[in-house]
Amino acid sequence: MPELNLTSAPAHLRHGSNIGQPLTRRDGILKVTGHATYAADNHPPGMLFAVIAVSRIAHGRVTSLDVAAAKRHPGVVDVMTPDHKPQLAIDPEIKTNPFVFRMEALQSNEVRYANQPIAVVIAETLEAATEGAVLLAPRYETLPPLVGLDAGESFVPPVVGVGNPSEHHRGDVEAGLASAEKRIDATYETPPQYHNAMEPHAIVVQWDGDSLSVDMPTQGLKLSLARIAELFGIAHDKIHIRSPFLGGGFGSKGLMGGPPVLGIMAAKLVGRPVKLVLRREQMYGPVGHRAPTRQRLRIGADGAGRLTALDHHARTVSSTFDDFYEPAADASHTLYAAPAIRTSHDAVRVNTGTPLFMRAPGEATGSIALESAIDEMAWACGMDPLAFRLKNYAEREPISGKPFSSKALRACYEQGAARFGWAKRSLQPRRMRDDDGLLVGWGLGTATFPALMFQADARAAIRRDGSGVMEIGAHDMGQGAWTALAQIAADAVGLDIDRVAFKAGTSDLPDAGIAGGSAHTATAGAAIHSAGAAVIAKLADLATNDERSPLFGAGNAGVIAREGRLIRRDDESRSESYAEILARAGLAEIEARGTGAPNPAAMEEYAMHAHGAVFAEVKVDPELGQVRVSRMVGAFAAGRIVNPLMVQSQLFGGMIWGLSFALHEEAITDRRTGRIMNANLGEYHVPVNADVPPLDVITVEEHDPHVNALGIKGVGEIGITGSAGAVANAVWHATGVRVRKFPIRIEELLTQR
Amino acid sequence: MKQFDYVRPATVTEAVAAAAQPGAVYLAAGTNLLDLMKGNISRPDRLVDVTHLEGLDGIERLADGGLRIGALVSNADLAHDADFARSYPAVAEALLSGASAQLRNAATVGGNLLQRTRCAYFYDTASRCNKREAGSGCDARDDENRGHAVLGWSENCIATHPSDFCVPLVALDAVVEIEGRNGRREIALEALHRLPGDAPERESALEPGDLIVAVRLPPAASGFAAHARYLKVRERTSYAFAIVSAAAALRIEGGRIAEARLALGGVAAKPWRARAAEDVLRGVAPTADAFQEAAWRALTDAKPSGDNAFKIELARRIVARALSLAAAGTPARLPALPASLFASTSGAIHA
Ligand SMILES: Cc1cc2nc3c(=O)[nH]c(=O)nc-3n(C[C@H](O)[C@H](O)[C@H](O)COP(=O)(O)OP(=O)(O)OC[C@H]3O[C@@H](n4cnc5c(N)ncnc54)[C@H](O)[C@@H]3O)c2cc1C
Ligand code: SF4
Repeated sequence: MPELNLTSAPAHLRHGSNIGQPLTRRDGILKVTGHATYAADNHPPGMLFAVIAVSRIAHGRVTSLDVAAAKRHPGVVDVMTPDHKPQLAIDPEIKTNPFVFRMEALQSNEVRYANQPIAVVIAETLEAATEGAVLLAPRYETLPPLVGLDAGESFVPPVVGVGNPSEHHRGDVEAGLASAEKRIDATYETPPQYHNAMEPHAIVVQWDGDSLSVDMPTQGLKLSLARIAELFGIAHDKIHIRSPFLGGGFGSKGLMGGPPVLGIMAAKLVGRPVKLVLRREQMYGPVGHRAPTRQRLRIGADGAGRLTALDHHARTVSSTFDDFYEPAADASHTLYAAPAIRTSHDAVRVNTGTPLFMRAPGEATGSIALESAIDEMAWACGMDPLAFRLKNYAEREPISGKPFSSKALRACYEQGAARFGWAKRSLQPRRMRDDDGLLVGWGLGTATFPALMFQADARAAIRRDGSGVMEIGAHDMGQGAWTALAQIAADAVGLDIDRVAFKAGTSDLPDAGIAGGSAHTATAGAAIHSAGAAVIAKLADLATNDERSPLFGAGNAGVIAREGRLIRRDDESRSESYAEILARAGLAEIEARGTGAPNPAAMEEYAMHAHGAVFAEVKVDPELGQVRVSRMVGAFAAGRIVNPLMVQSQLFGGMIWGLSFALHEEAITDRRTGRIMNANLGEYHVPVNADVPPLDVITVEEHDPHVNALGIKGVGEIGITGSAGAVANAVWHATGVRVRKFPIRIEELLTQR
Repeated sequence: MKQFDYVRPATVTEAVAAAAQPGAVYLAAGTNLLDLMKGNISRPDRLVDVTHLEGLDGIERLADGGLRIGALVSNADLAHDADFARSYPAVAEALLSGASAQLRNAATVGGNLLQRTRCAYFYDTASRCNKREAGSGCDARDDENRGHAVLGWSENCIATHPSDFCVPLVALDAVVEIEGRNGRREIALEALHRLPGDAPERESALEPGDLIVAVRLPPAASGFAAHARYLKVRERTSYAFAIVSAAAALRIEGGRIAEARLALGGVAAKPWRARAAEDVLRGVAPTADAFQEAAWRALTDAKPSGDNAFKIELARRIVARALSLAAAGTPARLPALPASLFASTSGAIHA
């Protein structure tokens, strides 16, 4: 029963509304019938095809391009190069704010990484443009590329991730280690990984004078719009971006990268609409990736298995021309109650595209190392890994000393362990076998991800016919925003979901912030919630101030909104429909805006995180070393669950990413050339269905009155965090072999018989 | 894409004539060739589409008890032919362990035999590769080569042949029927693929215009049906090429091995028949020790071509395992995860 309570009772205490219902995707039928229009599905009349030519060297300069040969090819219309291109209003090398990353928009002949765009061929057909790009036959002056974690002098980056200090400490780590009875000093390596969203980056562009119409998948409509506006020197209101559906983004479609800018430039150059779609291998360069890491963990514990110190150092890489540092060591800030913690980072520069956010940046890389090391310490202490984690359970956030806004991790451990049957685990590794003689291993990993909030606006309206409208430029990357946000919208205006026109996915709508940091539902949801509350408040004003209304004199505090009616709180027999109120007032519609934003006071006071516990079972062939995950249980506490079905899917997806991190994913770079040798989905392995075991997700009840008005924490990224470590720990438990370089390869497990 | 001619001949004779010209290649399902063309690894001038030729898509039991498989039969249709799977279970298992269901539905018998290596440097046109461009060098020698050959390689090329299908076929003495400019001839499958030597660009015994029309299994091949397995170690449970694989087939009479067949995949530029190992098994009891000995023999000549010494040990262990699985008897039904070490694990419906 939808109900919007305008009294001071907090929203998170409301029950039985649209929120919380396991609705299936509202866009599901569009998608399965092929009617959902993704960016590359658009074909404006007169459209040309643009294809990027990319660099085959990782460092140096393009010395020549055979533009004439490309232009001679039938169908080729033009070739855009550094010497022949529309001028941009500002140099793309200028970082106008910290969320602007340098891109290649043909500003020079310099080559900074393999797969960097060096020219764009525009033609009547995709085939002609593709061949034109080949005929350019670039020549290069090649310089030795910087490759790998030891490419050069290391340095301490000023900040890691999004503005986090690169070093943190609390307490005296060296003293803690010195006093420890058990010590672990282990180094783990994680490889470069690429987002590999199913939908490649694509853009369809149409210029009309100085107005610009763009179809492009983006996780940040307004950020993209602002970047386009400054690069092309046009007003915001001249730009219209449509991004109704994304075929996945995972961070690679968050910020404007070079390829879509090249598409816009190409359309300007030829004066016709242009479509530019990246080929799969071209996604391994200009659109971000997860940087490799080498992480050293030094941990101390006393005789009772209590941590005395935790020192987590991460080496990572950034590009030669910009700064993004995977904040891997920061994963050690929140989970384990060590009295002394230090986290630090250093980095080297390599010839790659700039690494960027990729699903759980920092937490994913850091968590597999931390969870492995904690497991190693549990074994060193002779303790069950769950008992060890419970012994070191943090009641306050270890790095800051702040209380948690809510933390149901203990319940996650309990419910997950019970569902999994953890109690039957052998303490010793390589002790469990199945009926076929395969080694069986059970592993545990703790999941954690911050509960973030960004800034968003929404507009709500109630129409004369009693229906509602909710507008917000939100993004559906496949996670289900079309459904979950509409559920929040329906509750916000006290209507059934089918009575609310929910509009999202275009840049003319109010700014929904960025769909990242697992914060989109919380942020956009908060804006929707407050816009809805505001419009209902206006409606209530109309009614309660009008003596012809049965609600006259009730005052705001005495009215609730439910199923399209305002109802007097103390006398439910007195009510009036939205339509009646608007009709009497002679209004076609009544509207209001609302915002969602972080609450600085709450952030000052509380540490805010989602948590979880992931249990994995693997089977390993004792002689041949091949590993297969056979079962996973994840129990997560992430505040209010807006749509259990969609949340379950997000968590499944995250757990599969974790499995992939531990066992499959790796971009292989040739050490001599800096080229990626497996830039395709045949050789860059992600799990296929046969690799994905039965997954079991438990969402643990958690009420959080502090994170935001709706009590929502995110679920988009947390699933990967505990899962990668759980699988790695299960491999150890099955085999007795501790592999510290990921993904775990068969040769590492062949050593024993 | 480079402009090319496309022809669709009506008869085998026309096809051979059309393909004998320089720059022409046959197009079957294109699951390998079209990828190579999109990546500019192959830039043919003319595609001779053979998929509409009559009479090449049948599976025919021969009077002598052998079997003739048309070159256009799809990998999936062949594997799912009940009579075929019963008579040559290891071949069916190998087929179903390859690629994905979608690819197997399209891929043809002829195309599978002639698929090209998956060496990353072969695919990367900016790298030096003797196979792609004769005499240019081999960039796999000094870097990413953990999947490369441990048998039969040369300094000029260390690539492997990736087919699963070919491995049990070569163990069962399959014969390839070829139509060429000088009419029909046949060669043993074992002689179809060439080791690299000093000419890695010459991958097979085929001459320009040669069309594979059929693959034949001799009468003796079905004699192993009761004890035949294919086993494939790979980096995910399905949809990955073999790191190493083995086909093992035994004829067991009176508790002794009357005849053994063994071949390895993923170890050389051709499906690798291990005759020395077969010899040590003749006439002995099917014991773990005998299989260890055979495994040892199969890899006597192996040497790492780079960062891949582990493949030799892995190959030994797979051989021993495949032999013991074969000795235990062909399962009544093909496992849900064919050729997998996890064949018995629940949870998978198909690979
Ligand atoms: C992602 C991916 C994963 C794969 N995984 C596996 C795997 O795990 N195991 C495995 O064994 N295979 C695997 N394959 C390869 C697959 O089996 C081959 O692509 C397929 O068998 C080729 O058959 P086709 O009919 O498509 O051949 P095409 O691509 O049409 O042709 C391949 C070659 O054979 C030539 N040719 C084709 N037919 C004839 C003929 N009758 N006579 C003479 N020449 C001919 C063509 O000219 C061409 O050079 C995989 C492929 C892909 C794309
Ligand atoms: S191993 Fe063979 S295929 Fe690979 S690069 Fe060397 S020559 Fe080419």
